[in-house]
Amino acid sequence: MWTWFHRLASPPSFYRFADRLAPWLLVSGLLLIGWAVWLGLFVAPADYQQGDAFRIIYVHVPAAALSLSIYTAMSVAGAIALIWRMKLAEVAVVSAAPIGASFTALALVTGMLWGKPTWGAYWVWDARLTSELVLLFLYLGVIGLQQAYSDARMAARACAWLALVGVVNVPIVHYSVQWWNSLHQGSTLLSAEAIANPKMAPSMLKPLLLSMAGNYLFFGAVWLRRMQNGVLLRERRAKWVREIALPADLPNARPLAGGPGTAKRGDRT
Amino acid sequence: MSRLEVHQLVVSRGDRVVLDGLSFSVAAGEVLHILGRNGAGKTSLLEVLCGLRRADSGRIAPQPETRERHWVGHKNALNPSLSALENLQFWAALNGERLDDPRAALAAVGLLKPQQNRPSGQLSTGQKRRAALARLVAVPRRWWFLDEPLAGLDVQGLALFAELLGRHLAGGGAVLVTSHQPLPGELPSLRHLDLSAAA
Amino acid sequence: MSAAVAVFRRELRIALRRRAEWVQPLVFYGIVALLFPLGIAPESPALKVFAPAIIWVGALLAALLGVERLFRADLDDGSLEQMLIADAPLALLIAAKLAAQWLLTAAPLVLASPLLGLGLGLEPGPVAILFWSLLLGTPTLIFTGGFAAALTVGAPRAGLMLPILVLPLMTPAVIFGGGAVRAAAAGLPPDAPLYFLGALLALSLTLLPMAAAGALRNALG
Repeated sequence: MWTWFHRLASPPSFYRFADRLAPWLLVSGLLLIGWAVWLGLFVAPADYQQGDAFRIIYVHVPAAALSLSIYTAMSVAGAIALIWRMKLAEVAVVSAAPIGASFTALALVTGMLWGKPTWGAYWVWDARLTSELVLLFLYLGVIGLQQAYSDARMAARACAWLALVGVVNVPIVHYSVQWWNSLHQGSTLLSAEAIANPKMAPSMLKPLLLSMAGNYLFFGAVWLRRMQNGVLLRERRAKWVREIALPADLPNARPLAGGPGTAKRGDRT
Repeated sequence: MSRLEVHQLVVSRGDRVVLDGLSFSVAAGEVLHILGRNGAGKTSLLEVLCGLRRADSGRIAPQPETRERHWVGHKNALNPSLSALENLQFWAALNGERLDDPRAALAAVGLLKPQQNRPSGQLSTGQKRRAALARLVAVPRRWWFLDEPLAGLDVQGLALFAELLGRHLAGGGAVLVTSHQPLPGELPSLRHLDLSAAA
Repeated sequence: MSAAVAVFRRELRIALRRRAEWVQPLVFYGIVALLFPLGIAPESPALKVFAPAIIWVGALLAALLGVERLFRADLDDGSLEQMLIADAPLALLIAAKLAAQWLLTAAPLVLASPLLGLGLGLEPGPVAILFWSLLLGTPTLIFTGGFAAALTVGAPRAGLMLPILVLPLMTPAVIFGGGAVRAAAAGLPPDAPLYFLGALLALSLTLLPMAAAGALRNALG
């Protein structure tokens, strides 16, 4: 297990591993989402209270769940990056942030759209919406911090610190806004009782679960692809990257940015 | 600890490898003059040896203890609002060192009383450099890591530096110094390490 | 420990010589508190309702303003390098620096808050709670700001990053701080939010200096 983990952590083998895995994740994710959309929009019955408006949960709930999961994943990667100084984990942190921000924004927008028919306003200072908004700012902070540094390694490690402090902060924000104000409907899905004895009709629940699974797989695919790009950019001077990126007989097959230090590298052709 | 061995040191700045497998050693009583063009990794090397920067790989044995090494970077570590005396006293307190006569240390580097008490922001470049070098006099430590210590020093300053260096070496100390100009004074134990040449 | 005391005393001494730098946030705070009533109709009952928010947001902005320069000067003149390689733990030195920063920029603001509270029409009871909530909450603000300053000090293009980093981290303190005063104004017990503020304080005093130390080391290395 450990040797496998170590081998995977080396950029070239990760690159090849991701190259093989990502298409499967993407295809299965999109298929599941497609199936969920069909079931959710055309098969599931309308809600007796909310009518057809409830159908937005098939986008909203997975996006909201992912926004938190991605932040958690990002901070776990951050901890790995800081403790073991693993380059791949650094790449994982900065590649997760924009995806997380996108899902958070999606959750916010769909939440607002859902809020209009059910609460009568696009925006209410509800606990979950507010903490989602704070989460968006946390993501934007990570993205902005990354861009503020010119050194990719430093940037990633700074982001890792921010992600770690942020992940302590997320539950605090969540409970503080909950204490402050809440009109959000309680979670129908996540509790032991709810899983044993579902409150949702199976025909409504099934597409939701499918959509959740599909979105997680989709995220996995996008994350892997972004990490691949990040690894390529980081390792752009390494031999294996040039073998992948540049066909050998291309006339301008030389390192992208040849600083003085590269003259000493043994990996030059 | 009379010998510092550096073995296969690899240091990068950002994604650029500045030192790629550097090995050398320095013994007590020696001066190692580190040479190299801009960007060759002179400062990075000293920073790694002082614990300011992390090496990617390689071995430094034994890594000098905090209380055994002096670091005078190319920045003087003087707060401009505080006087040279106050800066020196702060540095000593920060390191848990007791200063018996801080004024004498400043006088030894040629800073007289009015210059000791003036906010160091008002001192000239050379005087600031001297104030930074006063730390070497105030607290004796075996290993000196000096990054461009001669920058801004006048002729008397250079002579003074040569004298400091000579006394330190005679006492069994060792010096690793980067400088673009030749070191002043007679240094029988002077060795050179050219980073531009190192492969 | 003596190293931490040395850092603390040095900060105070520098501040005494450069009064403009730490008086600025206070003046700013006063102006914010003055401009809000001017924006709202005078004698409006709304003022009383908004008072906790005005004072808390003012405190937050003032903390932000002061904290931005926290490590910049030490980085520029090289003192930060010496702190990094000193024998004393860097987190402790940062804590000392932030404590001095609190004393200089936030403590006067805490002391002035009853006056502002009364000026904005709060009753004496809520004003007392306002004072306590700021006393408990402002160190959290300063320490959070210090962490963010450590994150951005090595970034050449930090620019406007600091507020974006800091504001989401500061929301709980503002919510509980403002909440305590609102509760008191509504005649409810303010204990719960005050306890929350205390918990946040304990968390930030212990964890943030360490995170800031890590971030600083990263920014310099």
